[in-house]
Amino acid sequence: MNPHTVQPQDYISLLTQAQQQRQQIRDNSPCQTLWDLLDAIKDPEIPVVSIWDLGILQGVEQDSVTKQVTVTITPTYSGCPAVEMIGDDIKALLQASGYQDCQIKTALAPAWTTDWITPAGRSQLQQFGIAPPIPCVHSREGQGQGQGQGGEQEPVAIACPQCGSRETIKVSEFGSTACKAAYRCDGCGESFDYFKHF
Amino acid sequence: MPQTEKTAVTLDPSMADGLMSYTLRLADDALVLGHRLSEWVSNGPFLEEDIALANTALDYIGRARMFYGHAAQISTDMLACQKTEDDLVYLRNEREYQNHLIVEFPIGDFAFTMARQLLIDTYSVHYLDALKKSADPTLAAIAEKAIKESRYHLRRSQDWILRLGDGTDESHRRVQTAINELWDYIEALFEVDALELGLIEQGIAVNPAAFKATWLADITASLEQATLSVPTTDNAIRGGRQGYHTENLGHLLTELQFVHRSYPDCQW
Repeated sequence: MNPHTVQPQDYISLLTQAQQQRQQIRDNSPCQTLWDLLDAIKDPEIPVVSIWDLGILQGVEQDSVTKQVTVTITPTYSGCPAVEMIGDDIKALLQASGYQDCQIKTALAPAWTTDWITPAGRSQLQQFGIAPPIPCVHSREGQGQGQGQGGEQEPVAIACPQCGSRETIKVSEFGSTACKAAYRCDGCGESFDYFKHF
Repeated sequence: MPQTEKTAVTLDPSMADGLMSYTLRLADDALVLGHRLSEWVSNGPFLEEDIALANTALDYIGRARMFYGHAAQISTDMLACQKTEDDLVYLRNEREYQNHLIVEFPIGDFAFTMARQLLIDTYSVHYLDALKKSADPTLAAIAEKAIKESRYHLRRSQDWILRLGDGTDESHRRVQTAINELWDYIEALFEVDALELGLIEQGIAVNPAAFKATWLADITASLEQATLSVPTTDNAIRGGRQGYHTENLGHLLTELQFVHRSYPDCQW
């Protein structure tokens, strides 16, 4: 055997640990058809990204006896008004596909994080004109002393999803929804939303 | 809202009443402040700020719903009194609300709103950090979620206090006046009564006295950087946790509860 052949275990995973754990839950699930079916459910606010790719869909189970389907979702923000609509969309799709008995569970813990957004989700956000989240640094969290306690540092310059320029300026901490901040690009003059790291 | 995943509370059943009251207190704080912030909608100083205030209000109202949902669950599972979120929000009177007084004041001017946010956001980050370790797994999960939002709110309120405090004479004067007015209501945030003491002993409730010094150090740093001074007063106005409120809460509840009480059980 050629000693230079690259084996699967030689690849460094490009997924974050959080993503990988989620992916494993899906890969090891006996309900592949249901997971694939639910890929059709998009976020109502960002209709190009599926609830799987956005990290909202956490679990799909089917009871082997009663055939009841249980779908577990995590709300993005506490007050996210899309949660109820997503639950209704899932139920409607499952029922239309012959799964009459289904229930939606909302899991608060572990709390949703933008680290769960898949690589596909990130590129879909980008194409939709929303800059995907960049991790930022917690300033002296837990130290409890002085300015900035518990706040978050500004992330590095956000690239404009339209023209790629990093000459961008934050206009407001909040954009059209709680999960986004409003930015302006000095390269192309367009305004855009940045999906906040959370 | 879809049913929240049930988590088993390992709790002495005799504490259920106390746990429900405590959860309602946290819910009332979040709802009343969220409602106040929502009053800025269409009145913000400019469009982006209008949207930011609305989003912050939404975070608080979402947080309130998680707490009310938990209280409703406790009422059903442990107390056999079957309250719903709507019962708890729309059908309790002013004396039954147990929010801290500081959250019920009208929005005032923009400086007053942001000064209150700085004081509360700094407090919330410390409080939720401690609540994350609660022996009640649902309270801990809510805290885990809400603290991320409070950190973000704090970043914004610190920015604004700096800008207003170190801004014009007028903006400085307004924000200093607001801080001075609000200071009388700070002491109550760090006091606990017998109900909370019992829950603190069980590892369920947070003892805010434990982070009072760090809270004050944080606020002092924020104010000094903004060329503002920390008030020196021994005034401490109390009552919210016992259901004694200023006249402001009654007016707020009138608006909040009117539709539900006038058209009972109406759905839309």
